[in-house]
Amino acid sequence: MAASEACVSGHLLPLASVLDSFRGAFDFMLHQRDSVTGGGVQVGGLSAVGHLAWTQLWVSALALGVSFAIALPAGLILGHRGKGEFLAVGLGNAARAIPELGVIAFLVAFVGVGLRNVTIALMILGIPPILTNTFVAIRQVDRGAVDAARGMGMRGAQIVARVELPLAAPTIMTGVRTAAINIVATATIASLVGVATLGKLILGQDTYGVDGVLAGAILVALLALMVELGLSAVQRLITPRGLRLQRSASRA
Amino acid sequence: MIALATKLPLADAAANSCAPGLPASFCHQHSTTSCVARNGFFCASWAVDNLDRYAGPFAKHALIVVISVGVGCAIAIALAVLSHRFRWLVPPLTGFTGVLYTVPSIAFFFLLLPITGFGTDTAVIALSAYTLQIIYRNTVAGLANVPPEALDAGRGMGMTARQLLWKVEMPLAVPEIIAGLRIATVSTVAIATLAFFAGAGGLGDPLYKDISFKTNVILAGGLAILMAIGFDLLLLLLQRLVTPWRRARPA
Repeated sequence: MAASEACVSGHLLPLASVLDSFRGAFDFMLHQRDSVTGGGVQVGGLSAVGHLAWTQLWVSALALGVSFAIALPAGLILGHRGKGEFLAVGLGNAARAIPELGVIAFLVAFVGVGLRNVTIALMILGIPPILTNTFVAIRQVDRGAVDAARGMGMRGAQIVARVELPLAAPTIMTGVRTAAINIVATATIASLVGVATLGKLILGQDTYGVDGVLAGAILVALLALMVELGLSAVQRLITPRGLRLQRSASRA
Repeated sequence: MIALATKLPLADAAANSCAPGLPASFCHQHSTTSCVARNGFFCASWAVDNLDRYAGPFAKHALIVVISVGVGCAIAIALAVLSHRFRWLVPPLTGFTGVLYTVPSIAFFFLLLPITGFGTDTAVIALSAYTLQIIYRNTVAGLANVPPEALDAGRGMGMTARQLLWKVEMPLAVPEIIAGLRIATVSTVAIATLAFFAGAGGLGDPLYKDISFKTNVILAGGLAILMAIGFDLLLLLLQRLVTPWRRARPA
């Protein structure tokens, strides 16, 4: 990847030039300009940049949603029955060793590119943390609470839905957040295989120039932080009141 | 070193008559090896002949990981010790390291470019920032989970606060610190495949150069995964070495 001369030239450039770079990046986001390749092609500007951000967001949301729909029931069933610990926990640990670029390369070499394949590849990174956290969360639910529910006459499915799931919700959400971070990060480099996400700006210096690269990096960082903040808010909302009280009591 | 297409091979794929997805220049040089020309699932003989091409990137990859995790570990443990002393530091530091962890690595590299330039430094800064959260969180938890009896015993022996920290609390927190270190190391090996975008080389370099050549993808990706497993086992061994008392327990 070729960097601009300005970037290569040295370490710790003066503050003014750093500020200049960022000013250029924001200008790229707000106003259209000629592409570096010329030929009257226009790049940058709110609508073009917004389109890339939107693609990245919905590809990520789709992959996260499908991962959740697969991993949550699987984790609930395995956790409730107390079976498959090796699979559920091992999968989560093993998945951490899979390089994001390796997943993309695997797509190119073995599966083929395109939106559907990219979504499936993102699920490879999304399913393990949700599955592992769901399994562990269900196993850690206070056995006393489960026994009490059984004593009140609840059946298996009721225990899962009304006792185990609410008590496990915060830990499950931690897994969802990890999955979201993985997915958003990998969706960025999905631009390598033809899905036009913000990574297209970051890895397209030949077309978008240094300003475009930096603009892409800033937007990807902001997008990831927004997703993380949004999911933490959801996590706080679905934490049962009893658990919140317990936690603040143990902290005090 | 064989000259390889420097652009994304996909772009040249349509222009030549060799296996779909392979750059023309690549096939030309390997026209005698039918497996390579066909882009077979895994061309073992090619892999054996060309394994040395991966030695340099493998070594650089390992170096980047060791430096990044080392720097991250030192900073994270220092921050954890500080916030063990001053408890009010825990929430802001947890939040701050969490924010660093959230930013995708590729964005991190290019955000740093105007400040630190193109090269290994940039990659190391970004990668070590990633390790902070998990090591910090585990160290804080490890220090907090030290049994009060152990602290009382230490105090009873006349230890000062500093002696308590280094002779009682830190050793007892070692298993949790190393657990965090293992997770951080394994993820860093995986994320470091992107370090070549910051100009730092590593296994991502060969992986990306021939991204549609199946043998290359398996080899480069496989080496990265093997490195992760190798580091993980080394850390497990280290943990057993530095916590001999845990082995003495009956199973």
